[in-house]
This record gives sequence, C-alpha cells and structure tokens, in this order.
Amino acid sequence: MRNTMGIILTGGQKTGLKELVQIRTSSALPVGGKYRAIDFVLSNMVNSGITNVGVITQYSFRSLMDHLGSGKEWDLDRRYNGLFIFPPYLSDSSSGWYRGTADALYNNLTFLKRSNEEYVLIAPGNCVYKMIFDDLLQYHIQHRADITVTYRDMSDFPREELSLFGIMELDGSGRITDFQEKPLNPSTANGSMGIYILRRELLISLLEECAAHGDYDFVKDVLIKKLGCLNIFGYRFGGYWRNMSTIPVYYRCNIEMLDPRIRNELFMENGKVYTKVKDEAPAKYNREAEVKNSIIADGCIIEGCVENSVLFRGVTVAKGAVIRNSIVMQDSRIGENACMEYAIVDKNVVIREGKHLRGEASWPMIVGKNAVV
Amino acid sequence: MGKEIIAMLLAGGQGSRLGVLTKTIAKPAVLYGGKYRIIDFSLSNCINSGIDTVGVLTQYQPLKLNSHIGIGKPWDMDRINGGVTILSPYLKGEVGEWYMGTANAVFQNMHYIEKFSPRYVAILSGDHIYKMDYSLMLDYHKKNNAEATISVIEVPIEEAGRYGIMNAFEDGRIYEFEEKPKHPKSTLASMGVYIFTWEVLREYLVRDSESRESDHDFGKNIIPMMVRDNRRMWAYKFKGYWRDVGTIQAFWDSNMDLVKRVPVFNLYDPAWKIYTPNPVKPAHYIGPGGSVKESLVSEGCMIYGTVWNSVIFPGVCIEEGAVIKDSIIMSDSRIGANSHIDRSIISEKVQVGNHVEIGIGEAVENELRPEVYNSGITVIGARACIPDNTRIGRNVMVDAEVSREDFSSLWVPSGKSVFKGGESE
Repeated sequence: MRNTMGIILTGGQKTGLKELVQIRTSSALPVGGKYRAIDFVLSNMVNSGITNVGVITQYSFRSLMDHLGSGKEWDLDRRYNGLFIFPPYLSDSSSGWYRGTADALYNNLTFLKRSNEEYVLIAPGNCVYKMIFDDLLQYHIQHRADITVTYRDMSDFPREELSLFGIMELDGSGRITDFQEKPLNPSTANGSMGIYILRRELLISLLEECAAHGDYDFVKDVLIKKLGCLNIFGYRFGGYWRNMSTIPVYYRCNIEMLDPRIRNELFMENGKVYTKVKDEAPAKYNREAEVKNSIIADGCIIEGCVENSVLFRGVTVAKGAVIRNSIVMQDSRIGENACMEYAIVDKNVVIREGKHLRGEASWPMIVGKNAVV
Repeated sequence: MGKEIIAMLLAGGQGSRLGVLTKTIAKPAVLYGGKYRIIDFSLSNCINSGIDTVGVLTQYQPLKLNSHIGIGKPWDMDRINGGVTILSPYLKGEVGEWYMGTANAVFQNMHYIEKFSPRYVAILSGDHIYKMDYSLMLDYHKKNNAEATISVIEVPIEEAGRYGIMNAFEDGRIYEFEEKPKHPKSTLASMGVYIFTWEVLREYLVRDSESRESDHDFGKNIIPMMVRDNRRMWAYKFKGYWRDVGTIQAFWDSNMDLVKRVPVFNLYDPAWKIYTPNPVKPAHYIGPGGSVKESLVSEGCMIYGTVWNSVIFPGVCIEEGAVIKDSIIMSDSRIGANSHIDRSIISEKVQVGNHVEIGIGEAVENELRPEVYNSGITVIGARACIPDNTRIGRNVMVDAEVSREDFSSLWVPSGKSVFKGGESE
C-alpha cells in the first residue's frame, strides 16, 4: 500500500472513560499488559506498508506524545515521510482548538497537500483490532467508491452500547443507503468502525467545501450529507474489534485478551504489534505465587495470587494479596493481604496492606493514577 | 575534542567449556537470565558508567553478536560521535590476519582508538556477569596517578589457583602478578577489567607486537611486562556479584541465582538497567492450569504447565501437564504436553515432544566430553527436535539441529550424546 497515507484521529473526549482519561486521551489507554490503544492502528498501518502517518491530537496528549516519540518503535523515524504529530495550534485562521474531525483535518490541510500518496486512510486511534488494509483498498478500487467506510456486525456489544455507534444500512451492492450517528433505536447492528479510505484530492476538496460552509464534523457534514451524491460504500470487517469509549468496553477488552483465540488474532496473525519498549527484566515469581489465567508483563514481581487478570509492567504483588478479574497498570504496588476483585488500578498506585477493593463485572471499580489506597 | 575514556570490549571468547551452547555462537552471545545475552552486562555497564564509545572485538562466530549489537540502539550507543563499533579482523595489504591474542586484537585496532584520542582506555571482557560502575574505577585510577588499574575480586584461597592473582601492597599498588599460581600469595583475582592510560598502553602494545615469543595476551604478556618495568599499577577492589559463567555448572548456577527471593544479583534496579534488544512479543500468559513458582518468565511465553525454580526466555510455550524443574528454557522453544524436564538447559527453538522425560536417573559423566558435561545437567542444542516419549538421562548432550530421525532409540542413558546424522565432533 505504498500509494496510501494514514491519518490517525485521537481527538474527541470520551467522557465514558471517567478517571482513566483525565490524564490521557483514550488512544493512550494502556491495554493488554504492555500496549497503548494507538499501537494497534499504528502497527496495522505499518504492517500494511503505510509509511506516511499523521496523528492528530486534541485532549490531554502529553502521554501520547511521550509514547510515540520519534516513531522509531514502529519504524516510522524516516528521513522521508514517517510519523507526524499534529496538536491543535493558534493562528489567524485557526482557533487553537479543533471543533470536530473535519475541522481537525482541515487545519492540517498542508500535510494532506504536501503528501503525494493517491489515497488517504483515516482511522481512530483508540480501537483494538488487527487488520491489514490492503483488502480494504482493493475493495474501494473495485467498487469505484468515492469513500469506503469500514463497518462490522456489532451484535457482540450489549444493546445499550449499540447506540454509541454510527449505524448504517447498505444495499445489495454494498453501497451505504442510510447512516445514522448514535441513533437511539439502531435499525441494524452494522456499526461504523470510523475507518475511511478515499482519494487524497477528494478529501482535500471535501474539507475545503466543509470549511467554506462553516461545518466541522466529518460524519455529519461529509458522510451523511454526501450519501446521495457520492458513491459511499461499506466494507465489512469480520474480526475482533473494540473501541475504548467506555469503562465497561475498556475492561472487557483487556479481560477478553485472556482468550487464546483473541490473543492469537491480535498478536500472532497479520504482523506484529509494536510498542514503546521499557527495558524491564523478566517477570519474577516467588514461592508463594499462584497465578492462573492471567497476562503478566515484564518487570512484575509476584508473591501473591492472581487470577483472570492483566498485570502491566513492573507491578509488584506482595504475599497474601489476591487479585481477581482485575487490571493493574504499570508500576502499581499491591500490599500484603490486599484483595481486589473487578478493579481497574491505574499507573503507579499503592494499595496498602489488607485493603479490600471490589467492583462489579459490569462496572469495575477504578483507582486513579498515583493514588495511595 | 577527544574522549576522556573509551572502551575496548573483547568478545572473541569461544567458551569451549559451554559445549553445545557455544557451538554456533561466541560465549558473549550466549543467552542468560531470561532475556539477555552475556555481553549485555558489559555493554550496559559501559553506558551506565558514561562510556559511550565502545569497540567490540569479535572473531569467533561473530554473526549472532553482530546482529545482536547492530548499531547499538538498545544501549543508546547509536551516536554521531562514538557509539558502538564492531571491529572484526581484516585484511591489511596482501594478507589477512586473525587476532592472535587479546593484546593483538587491540593492537590491530589502534587506529580506531587514536581516532578518539582518549586519555584512558578501558579493556573489558564480554564474558562475565556483573554490574560495575567503571567511572568509580577511573576516579581511582586518576587519584593514584596510575598507568594501569586492574579490577580485582576476592576469591577463596583454595580457588585462587584458577585465576590471575594480583599481589599488591597495602595501598593497592601491584608489585607482582601470577597467572594461575600453584601457591597463591593473595586472593585478589583479576576480573579481566583494566583501565590504562592510553599513552602507556600504546607503548606496550607496540613493544608486545614486536616480540616473537609473546602470546599477545593482556593477562599473560602486557600486564607482566608492565609489572616487570615497575610501572604505576593499582589493584581496584570490586565488591559485588561477578561470575565467569564459563562452565555448564557455573552458567546454570548463575541463572538460578536470579530466581532467589532476594537475588544476590538484582536485575530490577531502575538506576542500573541492563539493556538488550527487546523481542516484539506480547506480555506472557499463564493458563488456567498453569503454575509458576520461584522462576523468571519473559514476554511472549505461554505457560499451561508447571514451572518451578527455572528461567524461561521469551516466546517459550509449555503445554499442559508439562513440569519444568531447575531448568533453563531458551527463546522460542516448545515443551510438549506431559513432558518432564529436570536440571536441564534447553537452547533456543528446541521442539520437545509430548511425554518426554529429560534429566532422569543417575548422573554419569558424559562419555565423550567429561570435562564439559559432568555436573548432572543435560544440555539440548539449538533447534533440536526431541520425539514424543523420549527418555533422556543426565549429563547428556543433544547436538544442535538434531532431528527426530537422529534418535536411534527413545532411551538415551546418562552420559550419552546424540548427534546430527550420527556424526561425531
């Protein structure tokens, strides 16, 4: 896919993620023991041969910038092309704040204009999935589409979460006939994954038109408005996919990685997932360790009991501590005889001796970054 | 501007007493400690001590080392001025010349050193497991206005005969050097870590190169020559963990030191990290029936069986019902269901079938290489395939690349060896 450039959108504040996104954008959420959400789309792009990638940021992007660095972990520290990061900026024509996706893209029109790839792939940064985009491009070209939108059958999400998606209807040829953004009563389970492919020239003219009308949202003001006059097609994706938009989905996604089939799909098939390295020593298990059905990252030191959980790098679990159905992020320390069930413990938290934390499977308890409990 | 100090890292060690572990790689490239290679310790020590210019001298089986070190990125040594440089033997004029000894290797690369016009040169060995701040040793060297400083470690008097022993005055000044003395006068063993004032070393390297009798070795020739000339030489006492993992037993022991509750050698110190190229693998997974105790486990592993007192490298898969005890399993190996492994070293990318037993019965010295395989530890070479239901004794050596067909029997008694196509070494 040498003729395609990538744009990753990491804007949009996901209020459904509560404390977890106070300090970081949802694309920077830690997942799977050592990754951040954006690693998946970045690796997908790199594995598809895309070498010109722009990341558009908006909310609390410090941790995202820190994570991405020069892009060398994704082999994107290139002399020509590579990784570009676009935070909001102030100028005569820019308010210093992106009002929506189209506005964000329009403000970085220079990047689009300066690039010379024929196609642009636009994707959100906060989704966990593994996909090679070549088939999508092939499909787009075959159907002579103007825009192709990737969707999947979202029936594996609870019904109440369906109405958080853009829901679409398609005709027999695959053309999108109706698109509703976050409908109260979804008519189908065909949810948009927020991944679009189109010609770069077309995108530029659509964005210029949008800006001329004072519009700013790509879905509302471009996709939906142009359904009648452009060939907009849907491309069905059959694999695992989760968007980090609410606490329950975030929690579920991490726990689902304990399933060997999902782990296999995400990490073994269709290329590797790259992330920033931390140079931790291997995980160390002491005599009292009892670990079952869990993902454990490097640098952990475990003396307690861990079940059905995900432990990120450098977590220590003291003797007698019990961690069940929980997610514990980097460098947190769980004290002796502490006990937690259905909890999400953010980075660098200290859970003192004998403390008990308990959430619900449908709404896990959250302990914010750097907290001492 | 010149560098104050640069390091020359001797990485040509063959490590012949590590048997099949060093069949296709040099000793510094042998895997250690769950994710590292032995050379990572010296390289990490360099960067942690502020030495950012390192010449790595390779000779024996350098391919693995070359790809491991690359341009030095993991150690932050991909520098514009300095960084890591691999120095292999090369052709000069008409004839090519191998490195004839450690001193000769440095002598042949004098132009590399001169390029940085350093005041001091550290000569290090890539064979040892230790964490050491060379900058403190350099301070000591400067304080004494020394011309050579040799790092030494106290060893038990009964073992002193195996080392190069430094005899020093109270203040640390060396007056005598004895290589493997029968009747050692002191217990200060040389660690193979030297700091020289470059001007002085250069003079001795040139003199040594002109001598026909010399072995061109630091320990055997350069140091004794300097002692004879009464140069200003000091012994720098190092206190801490230092191991020459030169034998199967020593290698196994040192790996096992890491799994202790409070290890004598700490890899978890954020102020002195050990760097190595990180495998691109997900965090490891322990299955519902898995159990891991007193062990190290690395990224990408999948553990469905039982692991006890062992070191497991990245990408290893241990199937259900398998039991690993007192063993080292290196990268990307697979241990089949219900297999039992006791006191063994399994190299990289080994396929162990189902219902296999390794390390059973009495320990009998290996018949072909008793000097290598004699401590009860069975060693399986890289990429070997062990068929289902095989039973393997102790002190057995299974050669690298051995395939299922190379096993004439499913019972390999203690002390035997299995070779590829029956060939002998």
